[in-house]
Amino acid sequence: MSARTREADVVVIGGGPAGLASAASAADAGAKVVLVDRNRELGGILNQCIHDGFGLHAFGEVLTGPEFAARYIDRAFDAGVEVHPNTTVAELEASRELVCTTLGERYPLRAASVVLAMGCRERTRGMLQIPGTRPAGVYTAGTAQWLTNMRNLRVGKKILILGSGDIGLIMARRLTWEGAEVVGVVELLPYPSGLPRNITQCLEDYGIPLHLSHSATCIHGRERVESVTVARFDGRRQPVPGTEFEIECDTLLLSVGLIPENELSRRVGVRLDATTSGAFVDDRHMTNVPGVFSCGNVLHIHDLADWAAEEGARAGTQAAAYALGGPAKGGAKPIRIEPGDGIRYVVPQTASRGSKELLVSFRVTAPDENRTAEVLADGRVLASEDLRRAHPAEMVQMKVGCADGLDADRLEVRLT
Amino acid sequence: MTTKRLTCILCPNGCEVEVSYSGEPTPESISVDGNTCPRGVDYAIEELTAPKRTLTTSVLVYGGTQPQASVKTACPIPRESLFDAREALRRIAVDAPVAIGDVVASDIAGTGVDVIVTRPVPCSP
Repeated sequence: MSARTREADVVVIGGGPAGLASAASAADAGAKVVLVDRNRELGGILNQCIHDGFGLHAFGEVLTGPEFAARYIDRAFDAGVEVHPNTTVAELEASRELVCTTLGERYPLRAASVVLAMGCRERTRGMLQIPGTRPAGVYTAGTAQWLTNMRNLRVGKKILILGSGDIGLIMARRLTWEGAEVVGVVELLPYPSGLPRNITQCLEDYGIPLHLSHSATCIHGRERVESVTVARFDGRRQPVPGTEFEIECDTLLLSVGLIPENELSRRVGVRLDATTSGAFVDDRHMTNVPGVFSCGNVLHIHDLADWAAEEGARAGTQAAAYALGGPAKGGAKPIRIEPGDGIRYVVPQTASRGSKELLVSFRVTAPDENRTAEVLADGRVLASEDLRRAHPAEMVQMKVGCADGLDADRLEVRLT
Repeated sequence: MTTKRLTCILCPNGCEVEVSYSGEPTPESISVDGNTCPRGVDYAIEELTAPKRTLTTSVLVYGGTQPQASVKTACPIPRESLFDAREALRRIAVDAPVAIGDVVASDIAGTGVDVIVTRPVPCSP
């Protein structure tokens, strides 16, 4: 392990799509890059996402998760990135000094800039506080996916899925193919939270019922899950008395949302956005801690790995520029970017004064059709785009050109 | 006249397309509306006449760093052949190492389509 570099221009933490793309583009920009990942293999969650649908934006072809990962792994190695696998970052200081641990060794690593690309974790039963007993057979959808696709283990025979997130939908189809009976998907909201095409190809293809505006109110079973009580929920997310029914199953999968994994970010003093649970960043993807950047699912949850990777590539380029050129311009107060009518959040949260081009990523608050998304500078429309379909499950990205250089007190993204 | 709404599954946009036809659906009789790219028309016609899906699953690997290698059909196969193809793949095991693109089965379930590896599995050390 002594061959490992102790000093780099850019250290990227996390080897999933965002981290790999970030490391590759930082190295392409001429930086000496170290990529640290806690797993033996690079690729992050992509390795267990053996279904297809990746790569359409990034490569113009349909790939499975592992194939998509392989492209970015090759790209990182070709660019000369040094990879530290099996390694956890134990400490991170605002001075960009890290302490890494690997297989019995602890070593310091120093960088001019750091890219946070740690991804996210799934919400668990404990976070939902579903009443009932504590039997075996309750998994997050991603854990079930890991057991099925990486460990060749069967998670159950009769499966109920709580939440209509994409991982749960993908697992509904996967477990059906594996011979299990998927008895239903239960969703608290009046609309699905996964992509429409996954509703079609994962549920409708196999006649799996989707119970919208329903959720679990009790888990039953002593040793193993035996059944789950489900009830209709009203608009205030409260169960409607008298609507309860029981669904027999031996397994409950939870696909109820993802949370950016920001423990390390918090410790280094990165300011977080209460809505995204990710960092506040400027248009360079830099956090409030100078030289610390954030991208991918640790910044905000993406529905497509393609976009997490693209975001990573942009952050990597900026992290390299920071490392090689020192703190850029500075001085001018950044411009706030705020979510307006119909918008849940916008990333980045600030833009640099004088920017010629800005890319905003945002989500709408509720499903709708034929709306227009606008980016406003002090009330003046800078850019607009018609959305045939607006859905919270689908992140929207808009490019804002500003040839004269951006200058305003406040930017806003809204739906009209 | 029959009218149906389909969600195109060819890309993450998932366009909702409206198809209409009279009598039995045939490539000539189907009209498609609401697609935002030409592939939506092909998808809708195929979906109504002979729906196809890509099977993505895994096969056993001996002597590798992982117990299984993920695989996919090299192109979409008839939807009604999915379970037969999955069943046939359950009886297939390969020796490590395997690389992306390696063919683990040909003409799976009589579809004429190859099944290829999507995740490399090196030999266990």
